Amino acid sequence: MNRAGTGWFDGTVIVLLMLAVWQALYAYAGAVALTPPWTTAVYAVDLMGSPNFWGHLRATLSAFAWSVLIAGVLGIAMGLWLGAFRFAGDVAEPMLAALYTIPKVTLYPVILLLFGLGPSAKIAFGVIHGMVPVVLFTLGAVKNIRPVLLRSARVMRLSPMQTARFVLVPAVLPEITSGLRIGFSLCLLGVLIGEMFASQRGIGFLIINGINSHNVKLTTAVTLIVVVFAVAANSALLVVDRRLHRVG
Amino acid sequence: MSRQGKIVWARWSVSLGLAGLLEAACRLGFVPKLQVIPPSEMIAAMVELLQTEEVLDNVVQTFSTVGLAFGSAVVCGFVLGAIFHGLPRVRRAIDPLLASYYSVPIFVFYPLLVALFGLNSMPLIAIGFLAAVPAMLIATLLGLDRVPPVLRRVARMHRLGWGRTAALVILPAALPNLFQGVKLSLAYAFIGVIAGEFILSPGGLGYSIAFAYESFENRTMYGLMLFVLLSAVLVNALLSSWESRLLRRRGRG
Repeated sequence: MNRAGTGWFDGTVIVLLMLAVWQALYAYAGAVALTPPWTTAVYAVDLMGSPNFWGHLRATLSAFAWSVLIAGVLGIAMGLWLGAFRFAGDVAEPMLAALYTIPKVTLYPVILLLFGLGPSAKIAFGVIHGMVPVVLFTLGAVKNIRPVLLRSARVMRLSPMQTARFVLVPAVLPEITSGLRIGFSLCLLGVLIGEMFASQRGIGFLIINGINSHNVKLTTAVTLIVVVFAVAANSALLVVDRRLHRVG
Repeated sequence: MSRQGKIVWARWSVSLGLAGLLEAACRLGFVPKLQVIPPSEMIAAMVELLQTEEVLDNVVQTFSTVGLAFGSAVVCGFVLGAIFHGLPRVRRAIDPLLASYYSVPIFVFYPLLVALFGLNSMPLIAIGFLAAVPAMLIATLLGLDRVPPVLRRVARMHRLGWGRTAALVILPAALPNLFQGVKLSLAYAFIGVIAGEFILSPGGLGYSIAFAYESFENRTMYGLMLFVLLSAVLVNALLSSWESRLLRRRGRG
């Protein structure tokens, strides 16, 4: 078998293994813990058909979209600024890295106090999760542009617009894409955590509601939907990411 | 002043300046006390809280949970990483899993873990473990990838046995990545445990913060919050300085 062939084969084996582990967990822990794969998949499809679920999904997706947008724009702007001014960048980088490693969930009450209960708190919480990697990657990309590229742009007498279009953007794009991919996942995490705590709408609320009312079927199905969505979106971004890195 | 000195100085002045601004905004009434209390009061509250037995119990509980999760994650992550490094086909197969792992919010598995382990600290340890283990695994794989082949050949030339090759050649060469993995694992274990306590579990520092929020005890909430954030930053700073010392010595050797 060729390499692509073994890849598909191994991938299938991994998926089957995970399904087997899931089924085994069900056999061990029983219906109080989770529902088996097939039942869950059927219920998840059912759920996708119900208008009530779409209301929650829409709430989550719109908060998520806003937080990705804000984290992306602010993150790239801040990263470009910090990257352009060496000193500011050197001062800020470890502080941002520290921000990345603290348990941000402890800040959620402050966000709730500042933004009130509602979508804006979720969005803000998503933004503080997702923005840091975008800033750090953008900063790194700008800082590490090879000086020879800028010198060639000068030698060729490119205008500032042309320099940006043909030199700067292609040079930093791959790194920024990596940052956006990680930021994307973290925004989702932030929004979901926000919904799990003090919220009445959204996917996170459905999960926590399922936990509190011992609705195992609902929790397992929603978890499955979240995992499938997260993995699918991440894989798609990963493909883009890797292609850009190869070309660049 | 050296450039490095200026950077450190700027860092401190930015942090203290922001804290001072917040203090002024609170004292002058721009920020209502119901939302944010002045930093000086946060510090006072933290010091008071750390003298009460209840809070100390919570500190011990949370930190021991984090410690167990972190320790087991580092050991397992390292061992698994070393095994997968030796099995390229398995590694290729699990690669997409590792790449997508952190896009899944892990604590959605908490109810499952409670059903598996019962209502004790095990589910939380498991959450911290699950959050931390891939970071160590990935770092181990990368570290072992970056051991220069020439070093392995040198070890063979000196007829080092398997154990001594690992201890004297491979581990030191992979050290920077391994250390990075240890640092990330600790941060992720801490984040996982605190988030688990905050949202779901009935104990520990995370829970106390959520409880204080829900009962409008702002002083307690901000005091505990400050303590958690300071501990995270402090531990991270200690590990970073140890790391840079190790790397410097390595650069000289």
